[in-house]
This record gives sequence, structure tokens and C-alpha cells, in this order.
Amino acid sequence: MGDVTLFGVAGAVLAGLGVYGLIASPQPLRKILALNVLGTGVFLLFGVVARRGAAAGLGADPVPQALVITGIVVAFAATALAVALTLALTRAAGSASLESDAPAVGEDPGPPR
Amino acid sequence: MITASLFDIGLAALVVSVAAFAIVVRDTYSAVVAFVAYGLLVSLRWVLLHAVDVALTEAAIGSGLTGVLLLSAAARLRGGGAPEPAPPSVRVRALAAACGVAVTAGLVGAVLSFPDPAPTLAAPATEALPATGLGNPVTAVLIAYRATDTLLEKVVLVLALLGVWSLAGDAVWGGRPGAKQRADPDGILAYFTRRLVPVGLLVGLYVFWVGATHPGGAFQGATIVAAMWLLAMMAGVADVPPVARPDVRAILVAGAGVFFAVGLAGLAFGDAFLAYPAAYAKALIIAIEIAMTATVAVTLTLLIAGAPERTA
Repeated sequence: MGDVTLFGVAGAVLAGLGVYGLIASPQPLRKILALNVLGTGVFLLFGVVARRGAAAGLGADPVPQALVITGIVVAFAATALAVALTLALTRAAGSASLESDAPAVGEDPGPPR
Repeated sequence: MITASLFDIGLAALVVSVAAFAIVVRDTYSAVVAFVAYGLLVSLRWVLLHAVDVALTEAAIGSGLTGVLLLSAAARLRGGGAPEPAPPSVRVRALAAACGVAVTAGLVGAVLSFPDPAPTLAAPATEALPATGLGNPVTAVLIAYRATDTLLEKVVLVLALLGVWSLAGDAVWGGRPGAKQRADPDGILAYFTRRLVPVGLLVGLYVFWVGATHPGGAFQGATIVAAMWLLAMMAGVADVPPVARPDVRAILVAGAGVFFAVGLAGLAFGDAFLAYPAAYAKALIIAIEIAMTATVAVTLTLLIAGAPERTA
């Protein structure tokens, strides 16, 4: 069972790294990237669960695998929306800073809609 | 199962190091490139976990498409000339590290206390396979046993795209996403694109079709098709369609629409929502998968293209 436990521990470390980057990175794009690292770490834990459930001639339990495939697609959709929001923020505020008192430079964002 | 080999340990160390580099390196461009490499290494891990379907999805979507998305965003943010925000204080970093260590410790605890023998649904998933006419149990879970998840996922994709489009200004509402690529029509990229796209499309359709019995399927095939379309756009060979085009919108809702219609038919003629009558199971599943592949390919491409920025 050694190899599977190793993969599980690596997945846990990746999730921890993602949490660190999510909090410590100042740029929104880096936070999005860290969220994706966090996601793959959690998905790998699903992979460990699937591998441990190997039975009936299959190398891994298909149900957690299918959940991860759905999860990867949904994570991509969320990432695309987050990136679009970041670009819209940069267009409106002139910088991609999340500071509430960030200086507004560049074009006028116009009246709120 | 054997104990961890040297290769497994080395790969785990490499994956963790590349992820750490992607998180802490100062330059965002380097971070994104490291993230793409990380995604490919992770898909290798999925192969070692005997999950080839997931490995294909991770390589295509998790590493490839997410990489393109982040790279183009990084290039645009850098081009804007916006000043880099100040790095966080030592206190914030220490707090973040403490949170990360706590999450890792909790998850390691969970990994070490997994029940033995492990619960598994592999046997029931294999036993019911003949009723679906499929040979790949992962595809069977996605399209038959847990079809509701996949149906709702199609809805999530469309909702995310609506969210992206809603960020467009009033003047360009319904227009074309992104700036027009000014690539040389006779350049090496355009030449490469014209040669690669037909082969890539064929590979995408093959991966979709073979998914019924082997690793592959609608998501993986659709992602390859989307990648070919994106390549054609980047090379300036094809332009992004305006998002208000009726045929584009019809394809976007086709996946969820066909899925939902089959589900309702199951309610009317079968036992339950999304119940496939045994005689037509294979035909219905293929109809759903064809619609789904088209929808996923167009949705992923337009999600990367982003919010409309030009009038049609």
C-alpha cells in the first residue's frame, strides 16, 4: 500500500501549498493559479481513493474517477470566469490590485451599471 | 500492491517542487509556465494511479486549456503596464503557511486513517455495463449511472460562459471576444496550423468515439477539438465568431438540451428521469455524447476567448 499512501501524502502537500498561495499571493491571477494547485491536490486524493477501490478486474474504482473528470471541467469553468473578472477589474480600475484603496489610474471606469 | 518505488518518490518530489515554484516565484509568466509543466506531471501521476481517463482530462483541460487561459491573461496584464502589487508582509505569509500546514496535516491524517478494506463500487459498475452497451466503466458512470452530475455540469459550463459574456461593455454586447490576431497569413504558424488542424480534429473525434470502450470520451475529445479551434484563432486563420450568432448559441445549449430531453423521455416512457430503455440505451447515449462533444468544444473555446470586446 506504500505507493498509494505516498500519492495521498503528496496530494495533501499540494493542497496545503495551494492554500498558502491563495492567501499569500497579492495578484488575483496568482491566487487563481494557487486555487488550481489546491484543486489538483484534492483530485489526487480522489485518485488514491479510486486506486484503493481497485476490484472486479479494474485498476481503480470508476466512480471517483468520473467525479474527478466532472470536477476538472467545472474547475476550468470557474477559472475562466475568475480570469475574465480579473481582466475586467484591470480594465475598470487600471490595476489588478485587490487593495480597497488602490489608486485608480488609466481610463475612467464610467458610471456603475 | 508494492511499496513505493524510487520512481514514485522522485515523481512525487518533482510534482511538489514544481508546484511550490509556481506558487512562490515572483514573475507571473514563469509561474504559469511552471503550472503547465506541473499539470503534465500530475497527469503522469494519474496514469500511475490506473486512471487513464482522468490523465487525459488533466493533460488536456487541467494543464493545456487552463495554461492557455492563464498565459494569455498574464500577457495582457503585463502589457497593461500596471504596477506589481507589493509582496505580502512576513506576518501574512506566516499565517498563510500555518493555514497550509494545517490543511496538509488534516488531509494526511485522513489518508492514513482510510478504512481497510477500501469501499468500492467497481464490481456493481462492471456488472451493469452490458445494459448500457458501453465497455468503458468510467464513461458508463459519467453518461449512465450518474448522468445527473454530467447534465448539471453542462449547465454549469453555460452559466460560466454567461458570466464571462456579461462582463462585456454595452457598446460591444454580443460582439466578438478578444482583439483580432494580427498573425502573418503566410507565416510558419499559419502554415503549421493548416497542416495540424485536420489531423487534430480527426484525433479529437477518434478520442471521443473510442471513449465508449477505451480510455477517452466526450470531454477529452471535445478538448482536443477546442484546442484545434483555438490554434486556428491564434494563428489568424479563423476569427472568433460573434457571441450573438444564433448557430453558436444553439450549439452551446444543445448538450444540456438533448440530455434533458432524453431525461424527460425516460420519465415519460421509462421508469425514471434519465432512465434509458435497454433497447435504445446505446443509441441514446451516443446521441447525448455527440451533442455534448459539440457543446463542450464550443463552450471551452469561447470561455478562453473571453468577454466580447469588438462589435460583430
